[in-house]
Amino acid sequence: MTIKTLLVANRGEITRRIFRTAKSMGITCIAVYTDADSNEPFVKEADKSIYLPTNYLDIEAIIDAAKKTNSDAIHPGYGFLSENASFARAVIEANINWVGPSPEVIEAMGDKIEAKKIAQKAKVPTLPSSDNLKDFSSIGFPLLVKAAAGGGGKGMRIVEDENGLGEAISTAQREAKNAFGDERVFLERYIPKSRHIEVQILGDFHGNLLHLGERECSIQRRHQKIIEESPSSVISEEQRNLMTDAALRMGENLTYQSAGTVEFLFDDETGDFFFLEVNTRLQVEHPVTEAITGIDLVREQLKISSGERISFTQESLKTRGHAIEARLYAEDPANDFLPATGEILAFFPSKETNIRWDSGVEKGSFVGVEFDPMLAKVISHSPDRTEAALTLANALEKLHLAGITTNRDFLTSVLRHERFLEGKTTTDFIEDNLPEPKLQLTENEIENSAIKAALWLQGKNRKNAIVLSSAPSGWRNGRLPAQEVSLLHDGKELLISYKSLRDGSFVFNNEKITKLYNWSIDDVETEIEGERTNSSITEGTGTIHVQTIKGTVSFEILPRFKPPALQIAEGSLVTPMPGIVLEIRVSQGDVVSAGDTLIILEAMKMEHHIKAPYDGMVAEILVEESQQLENGVPLLVIDTPEHNEGNKDD
Amino acid sequence: MKRKLLAPSLETHVDIQSEQFHKNRSDMLEQLEELEELLDEAEAGGGPETTERHRSKGKLPIRERIANVLDPDSPFLEISPLAAADSDYTVGGGFVVGIGVIADTECVILGNDPTVQAGAMTPYVVKKWMRALEIARDNHMPYVSFVESAGADLNIPTGGGGKSNSRKAQVSHFAESGRFFYEMIELSKMGIPTICVVFGTATAGGAYQPGVSDYNIFIREQSKVALGGPPLVKMATGEESSDEEIGGAQLHAEKSGLADYLAEDEMDALRLCREVISHLDWKKPDPEPSYLSEEPVHHPEELLGIIDRDLRQPVDIREVISRIVDASRFEEFKPLYGPAMVCGWSTIDGYPIGILGNNGVIFPEEAEKAAHFIQLCNRQNTPLLFLHNVPGFIVGSDFEKAGIIKKGSQLINAISNSTVPHIAVIVGKSMGAGNYGMSGRAYGNRFTFLWPTAKIAVMGPKQIAGVMSIVRKGRAERKGEEFDEEEDAAIVQKVEEIQERGSLALVATGAVSDDGIIDPRDTRTVISICLSTFRNKPIEGSQKYGVFRL
Repeated sequence: MTIKTLLVANRGEITRRIFRTAKSMGITCIAVYTDADSNEPFVKEADKSIYLPTNYLDIEAIIDAAKKTNSDAIHPGYGFLSENASFARAVIEANINWVGPSPEVIEAMGDKIEAKKIAQKAKVPTLPSSDNLKDFSSIGFPLLVKAAAGGGGKGMRIVEDENGLGEAISTAQREAKNAFGDERVFLERYIPKSRHIEVQILGDFHGNLLHLGERECSIQRRHQKIIEESPSSVISEEQRNLMTDAALRMGENLTYQSAGTVEFLFDDETGDFFFLEVNTRLQVEHPVTEAITGIDLVREQLKISSGERISFTQESLKTRGHAIEARLYAEDPANDFLPATGEILAFFPSKETNIRWDSGVEKGSFVGVEFDPMLAKVISHSPDRTEAALTLANALEKLHLAGITTNRDFLTSVLRHERFLEGKTTTDFIEDNLPEPKLQLTENEIENSAIKAALWLQGKNRKNAIVLSSAPSGWRNGRLPAQEVSLLHDGKELLISYKSLRDGSFVFNNEKITKLYNWSIDDVETEIEGERTNSSITEGTGTIHVQTIKGTVSFEILPRFKPPALQIAEGSLVTPMPGIVLEIRVSQGDVVSAGDTLIILEAMKMEHHIKAPYDGMVAEILVEESQQLENGVPLLVIDTPEHNEGNKDD
Repeated sequence: MKRKLLAPSLETHVDIQSEQFHKNRSDMLEQLEELEELLDEAEAGGGPETTERHRSKGKLPIRERIANVLDPDSPFLEISPLAAADSDYTVGGGFVVGIGVIADTECVILGNDPTVQAGAMTPYVVKKWMRALEIARDNHMPYVSFVESAGADLNIPTGGGGKSNSRKAQVSHFAESGRFFYEMIELSKMGIPTICVVFGTATAGGAYQPGVSDYNIFIREQSKVALGGPPLVKMATGEESSDEEIGGAQLHAEKSGLADYLAEDEMDALRLCREVISHLDWKKPDPEPSYLSEEPVHHPEELLGIIDRDLRQPVDIREVISRIVDASRFEEFKPLYGPAMVCGWSTIDGYPIGILGNNGVIFPEEAEKAAHFIQLCNRQNTPLLFLHNVPGFIVGSDFEKAGIIKKGSQLINAISNSTVPHIAVIVGKSMGAGNYGMSGRAYGNRFTFLWPTAKIAVMGPKQIAGVMSIVRKGRAERKGEEFDEEEDAAIVQKVEEIQERGSLALVATGAVSDDGIIDPRDTRTVISICLSTFRNKPIEGSQKYGVFRL
């Protein structure tokens, strides 16, 4: 059955990626979306979008949406319902093409223990393991406790010796239960120096089964892949043949009829490899395979699902060059990789020809906590691995990205790392090499970025001026002090001062001669002390973001005048600015009158008296002396009859 | 879409490779460098120690106060920055006046420099203050005053006469003072907002400044306003009082109601001042120029080499015009008639303007042509620019016969009754009645600026010395005394020197008889700022003139 209308039961980046291929095939594209996504680009790019009042796991609603839109196929993407056999069944029962392997295969492969049994049957090497949690003698230490229903590192524990085993098992069971609703775990040999290498396979309904080579995905952080490449930097042609043969045997055994991935653990010391699992979906990292083979995997999936044959043969498949993918996440590597949220103020990839951007977001997108924080995957394709790594690093650095903290600088630090370039990419790469969690800039680079920010702001001020707008910037015939802008970068305040010179250039901080070649709302072209660059600029609310060749440098623009709220805050009970508690003058239960000093803060090198805004009783003191506090932190609570309710609301 | 004047761009005949050009240029740069040093002096105010003491009280110097109230990166045209140059007083006169932009509103901003004689009302302060009031009134611009003044300059006796107390200059008296308050109230009546920020003491007469302002901003524990300060109160009534009790900011904010806004510190006061201006919703009747602003075809930088320091070389004033107007376009009026008075239309930064410039002495034809041109500009409500390089009206029996007095008077009649705004830029000579005929300061022009090469006098130093010599000779002859030629030559030389010095731009600007000496390269910018400020009220040409003696 030919696919004319395709519903993608997913969101973000992967939905856009599938749409791109589907549209090129003349297929009508249907999206489903929830409240949190109502403004995202994948919704706008769909030919039609159906609102999901619940979430992306609502099988019934999605099937309804497909029926309502006369969709003749559903692509599940990755994550969400992509490996949910019940969903696959429901789709098929609704007489809609299911883009993926059969529900039976999904089910079998979803069970790690079952999968391993099939692998053994297919003579695919497997790691010594045991589902008898007391039988670890045949495995040895260190070993791994793994969730039977697992994935993504959840419910997984490394155990160094017998002592830690009991606790690891119970933790893993608990995690597995929480994550998958299935507390079964098993034991498996742990290989300290290993790589993660996987084989892409493709099968159709005409008995064709072939592979598209391997991908290496060893750069992981807490078992989450962040950089993937193809081909692997380590395996020989012989090893490759062994591995792809094993993958095909696995596929044959499953009668695999779609795109799938057979994952292996590669022992870096011995060169042996062991079956890990089969992913019965299109994977995040599929573009590296597409890059070097020239095959569009989504296209093949759609063709297979509509009953057509795979469009190429194993013999005709040739690979070319090297491809690397990096996953850009909204997270803060400097703060334990905590997910970051916020509005994306700028997302402008550089226009390099050998870079593929699969992004789910654009300027104006909002990244919340509801979904996986992956913003985009970026893929480079070059003649060799070093070029691919450096090109990708460059592309990431040139991405003008503002408004949200990401792992971009962390990724470029990996890609530019000597050991990465040498191909020494075992799964412990990150712990061993500790890439820089944030942008490493010299003071001069920070200052020059601040100068660009100040120059852009001055250009904006002149452009927006209503009167005397054509006068030269900051023109004076007498003497007035220099223009000043205070910018905060990484907790450090920079005071940038400048004067315009007669020839239209500026002198910054009394020494740096700077020419402004071009100004636009999006960028600024400057020459600072002879160094000419063009930088994208984005202004947020009280922030400004300057593109440099190393990445985007963000500043907070400190207000010229203290907002009046800060002054009224003398009578309020939260910190008016970050500071240290110097003295607490009251105790719990004290009766205070309006205007009494309660707490003295030291902030911005000045004492700041926090006074009682009204008469009352100190109900609660929330801070201690010498405590360092952020802005807006509650200090204490004063109870009065009138204010009781307000406090309770907090 | 904006219009463009159809007139072609002027051609230039200046040879920028010539020796004369290079000499003129280096002379001009040398003079500008001297002015820079004086501007440094003005900026230093009462000197580093006083400034440091001032700062230690959490106070900002006047120039920082002004810089912080202005919109970032906006221009500031300071008026008479070198007042009191060549006098016993501090350069700048302890007072800053200028036109600046606050919350996208053109304002007149003025303030005491409290580091200079504690902001006392010296004669220079008085003169600059009066000028600030005049600019606000003539151009209908909000008036923002930063007050911190000890009050009257008690060093000056009631009879006036300046610091030296010399007998020569006793022409002012206390009884004449206080006009400021009258003028401020006039502004308010005209609908021109007056905003007063009190940064420190404003006692006695000073107390009337907030008293007669529309808006007052006081600073906690800093503003002190009282009709009589503690010493005066003690002398007058015997009451012992503190500054704070008698006129503190809080007292005025809470009790007397004199303060409308109570600021926490100086920056907070400046913030409030900006907020007040922003709520005015100040509208200019005709804010946008209708012509396209284009850079001059000939580079303004070349203005440095056009005029020689001694003013001996003739200058084609078109060479100046072509370096200040849009695309150097100039539509000349009556080029063949009275050619020593160049008249024509152009635009500067898109603002239409009528330009009159001298290419020599004013003959009867020149005067007649200029009077005609001024009337045309009044008809079409076009402001006028006068570029002075004029040795005066022609003298001699032929010209008296030709009615030079009548023709000259026609010109002065037209100038005096013209109601479009006039700007005078004195690039070279401005001698005798030539200064009047070109709308000099006394003729109610809106602004007068000088190039460093300007020379202003009743006549040339040589002529004055010569005339005086002839008079002496005549007197000797009448009395039958012997005329000592040698002694006369010495007197002539001395008089020439004194007159030469007295005619210099710096002397004029020191006396606040103009709005300042400008760098020739800034001429276009300065005029553009003036033309924009004019538009704070409708530009309406005169329909009425005095009786023309035809």
